[in-house]
Amino acid sequence: MAVAARDTETAGKAKDDERRRRRDDSALQPRASAHLPDTPPGYPPELERVEVAVLLEAVFRHYGFDFRSYAFSSVKRRLWKRIHAEGLATVSQLQDRVLHDPDALERLLLDLSINVTAMFRDPGFYRAFRTHVVPLLRTYPFIRVWHAGCSTGEEVYSMAILLQEEGLYDRARIYATDINEIVLQRARAGIFPLEKMQEYTENYIRAGGTRSFSEYYTALYDGALFNSSLTRNVVFSQHNLVTDGSFSEFHVILCRNVMIYFDRELQNRVHDLFYQSLVQLGILCLGNKETIRFTRYEDRYEALDLKEKIYRRVE
Amino acid sequence: MTAPVAGYRLVVVGVSAGGLFALRTIVAGLPADFDIPIAVVQHRSRDSELLCELLQECAPLVVTEANDKEPILPGHVYVGPPDYHLLVEDGYFVLSIDEPVRFSRPSVDVMFLSAADAYSPDVVGVVLTGANGDGSRGLRAIVDRGGYALVQDPATAEVAVMPQQALKAVPTACVLPLEKIAPHLASIRGRRMPPCRPVHA
Repeated sequence: MAVAARDTETAGKAKDDERRRRRDDSALQPRASAHLPDTPPGYPPELERVEVAVLLEAVFRHYGFDFRSYAFSSVKRRLWKRIHAEGLATVSQLQDRVLHDPDALERLLLDLSINVTAMFRDPGFYRAFRTHVVPLLRTYPFIRVWHAGCSTGEEVYSMAILLQEEGLYDRARIYATDINEIVLQRARAGIFPLEKMQEYTENYIRAGGTRSFSEYYTALYDGALFNSSLTRNVVFSQHNLVTDGSFSEFHVILCRNVMIYFDRELQNRVHDLFYQSLVQLGILCLGNKETIRFTRYEDRYEALDLKEKIYRRVE
Repeated sequence: MTAPVAGYRLVVVGVSAGGLFALRTIVAGLPADFDIPIAVVQHRSRDSELLCELLQECAPLVVTEANDKEPILPGHVYVGPPDYHLLVEDGYFVLSIDEPVRFSRPSVDVMFLSAADAYSPDVVGVVLTGANGDGSRGLRAIVDRGGYALVQDPATAEVAVMPQQALKAVPTACVLPLEKIAPHLASIRGRRMPPCRPVHA
């Protein structure tokens, strides 16, 4: 389904890879700040709505990528970021470019599908996971975890570290999926910016880490290469929450700060998928400010930790 | 439950340095039957979890941190959670963890612009104390699309830069000392306000 995945199988593979790597690097650079990637002053709002809808429809019909059910307010900001970066002035101009230039489409896909994250983002969540979920997981001989929308993998490595420290890693398998093959390549590589390690170390300590965080990586130029033992039981693979179905039964599903980019209807559909994919009493972990409350599945779960949004399927 | 037909349907507030005192003054001054939902973006660090409690202590309205897709209801003051952008759609909130804008997440401009998109012309934009120019661009958009702008008198602000910048962008904003803002908001329910005479901050 992904343009990126298909390309790598063609003849010009090495050259493509190199080109892509360079493009990735610029797209994945941490950006401390940016100017308003937003609608220019005076841009006609009703026309903008029409243009955005038509662009997303065109991308879907021509390429098969479906962003039509993304939340308008945030998808619009990401479109404008790309419009400015391409040196264009209107949404329609971006439509013209991505329809006729597949490279431009790939750049847009990165903008639309990458969620910037951090290791042990929301340390309180990992503490709560140790307290409320780990004891339940100890009762299973084998644990299947689905990390949906894992992006560049920071939170997958965080969970792997946690499970190792709790002595559960050897009986666990983590399926880490994302819509975007490019970020998955980055996740598999397990190299994160060295400059982030101070922040991540602080997060790790506050998350209840029991060792020294630096034991988990080796400094490598300006990167931190994480121990391959952390990914021994991790399967990174492409999965599209919008179009793909369930692929197994899981004891834990993590999907944090991914569905905030979806509209309410799509959120409900994804909750349907998660519900079908969880074992009885399986655990669902959402982002800190996401809640099951405004979805159709409110009554199917009970909260294990209301503040950290850790739920258990009860029927 | 129903918003006043003729009046504004949403108040958005942007505030930065010095914000706690300013916000407490405003929420404490609103009447218990204030029926326009209020959304607040306050620049703060990602560990500052007490803001809502500190505001709730003195507010007759319900103060909560906004959740993703949470419905926007009268009688509530919604505070943008730290480390997320707060965006407004028609009737509910949307959160995002896209990169900070001019070093801020949440960003006042991001919230104001989305509110202008979803609620124009029924939006009141309020800019309070702060040490940067966040909010001016968004306040301009609110006014350009028929909304009403309210700016704390820089002379009464702990840090004057943010209201000054807002007045530079929107010279026709209504300028009020901090303690007059809540009574003024209460007085404009169900009404439409004309732009004020330009001031030179």
